[in-house]
Amino acid sequence: MLHLDDKALSLPQVAHIVRLENENYRTKTFTLDVHWPEAYPGQFLMAWLPGVDEKPFSLLSNDPVQISVAAVGRFSRQMHTLSSGDTVWVRGPLGHGYQPQSGPMIGVAGGYGVSPLHFLARRLGDGRERHIIIGARTARDLLFREKFRAAGVHLHVTTDDGSAGQHGFVTVALLPLLERLPTATVYACGPKPMLEALRSLCQERNIACQLSWESYIRCGFGVCGSCAVGKDGWLACKDGPVEVILPARV
Amino acid sequence: MTLQSDCCGVYFPNPIVLASGILGTEAGLLVRVARSGAGGVTSKSASPRHRTRHPNPTVLDWGYGLINAVGLANPGVAAEAPILRAAKAELQRLGVPLIASIFAETVAGFAFAAETVGRAAPDLIEVNISCPNVGHELGKPFALEPESAAQVTAAVKKATEIPIIVKLSPNVTDIAEIGAAVEMAGADAIAAINSVAGMLIDIHAGRPILANLEGGISGPAIRPLAVLAVYKLYEAVNVPIIGIGGVSTGADALEMIMAGATLVGVGSAVRSRGLEALGTIATELDALLAELGYTSPDDARGIAHVTS
Repeated sequence: MLHLDDKALSLPQVAHIVRLENENYRTKTFTLDVHWPEAYPGQFLMAWLPGVDEKPFSLLSNDPVQISVAAVGRFSRQMHTLSSGDTVWVRGPLGHGYQPQSGPMIGVAGGYGVSPLHFLARRLGDGRERHIIIGARTARDLLFREKFRAAGVHLHVTTDDGSAGQHGFVTVALLPLLERLPTATVYACGPKPMLEALRSLCQERNIACQLSWESYIRCGFGVCGSCAVGKDGWLACKDGPVEVILPARV
Repeated sequence: MTLQSDCCGVYFPNPIVLASGILGTEAGLLVRVARSGAGGVTSKSASPRHRTRHPNPTVLDWGYGLINAVGLANPGVAAEAPILRAAKAELQRLGVPLIASIFAETVAGFAFAAETVGRAAPDLIEVNISCPNVGHELGKPFALEPESAAQVTAAVKKATEIPIIVKLSPNVTDIAEIGAAVEMAGADAIAAINSVAGMLIDIHAGRPILANLEGGISGPAIRPLAVLAVYKLYEAVNVPIIGIGGVSTGADALEMIMAGATLVGVGSAVRSRGLEALGTIATELDALLAELGYTSPDDARGIAHVTS
């Protein structure tokens, strides 16, 4: 507001789909003709389809902008009907994302939480040790296995039903890594119970973690209060979506 | 210099209060705004029953202000009361008053809402008769006619002992007439203005951007409208006025006070200046009053009213 140079970025901007990629049976990656060189992993955009809704998506990439969309609701199913050349409106980049630390990376992605971690893993491809754990309910829900391998990370897979990778939650793969890499930072994105479990595990072991929380977003700029998480009035859209938790003892 | 302000017998450490509809959804947020220096905080308007949201987009920044049509989404007064109680307990320790905002679709609904939130013992109750974003759902806002505005005021007054602030709409021909009517009906204070009805159209989509089509404009774009409304009300009523509309700086707040405001509501400035905006504006107001030779906001209140 009152920054007229930024005015254009505050309202939904026309974007065109330049490429579509199928990721699994219900997830597609959209590449847009939008370039946000200043955007970084963990930030998000609001995508608007007129007459449908406007929804938040973590950035998979910033230049060009990419998002992955799973068809799970009215908006996302509508997104899946679009083709190359079609229009979608976006606002962003929004929020505060991951703040990369030195030392090994342990990325934990639950379900659809893979996008910001793939973005981050690419950013941290500077020779450091990088591990990514992807967890899903079952094999066909797993996302980005090939993409992560292509990024050159150590990939660990878990499924709740044991249909692929290790049988169990992401913590099955995480615990041995935490033992072996006490100087690592855990970067995570996924459902709330997973993030809460990771927070406890990391705090018990005095390991830094950065958690990306999902919430209902309206304004996306810290005014409406719709996305408050927890009891302290922490706003997912403005203070987060990434919560940076430093180890209690250094 | 003191910024202490009295409104309806309630003591405010400074006159800058959080306006309803901004950040007032959770106890933790109200407390956070109070900690960052607000003189008072207003919760998001709650209605007798739970109301679901409008689809997005609901809140947008269009460069000169905000436009919103959240549609008064709220958990309902029964669920709101514990939020208010939790907020109040913490705010009391900070010495920052809590204003509980309510709205309803009927006169009886307003009375019920006031009674229910009243049990959480807020310091004041704001009666929001002027939301512009729910027209086709709730019918014409009560704030648009002196008679309906007075009816709601009288009913709420009967339902609670807590002082009430009636929040008026700018989308009327003569706001002073409505103000006089609600004062006559028992309003202890008047808040003005609610947001101004407006619309944005995306030229590429060829349709309004807000899912609700129309919304309420707030922020710098409406400040002179708000100042005039407060000025007119100050000449028409004797009860205190909470001046709201586009205040982003200490200078803006002082302008509102000179027009006649006892308290100054701040909302959209959180967009441009962050959650700390209210405390910052209070500090700027303090410096400005001193610089201009006033010893308190009371000193400057209404001085813009010149007898011609």
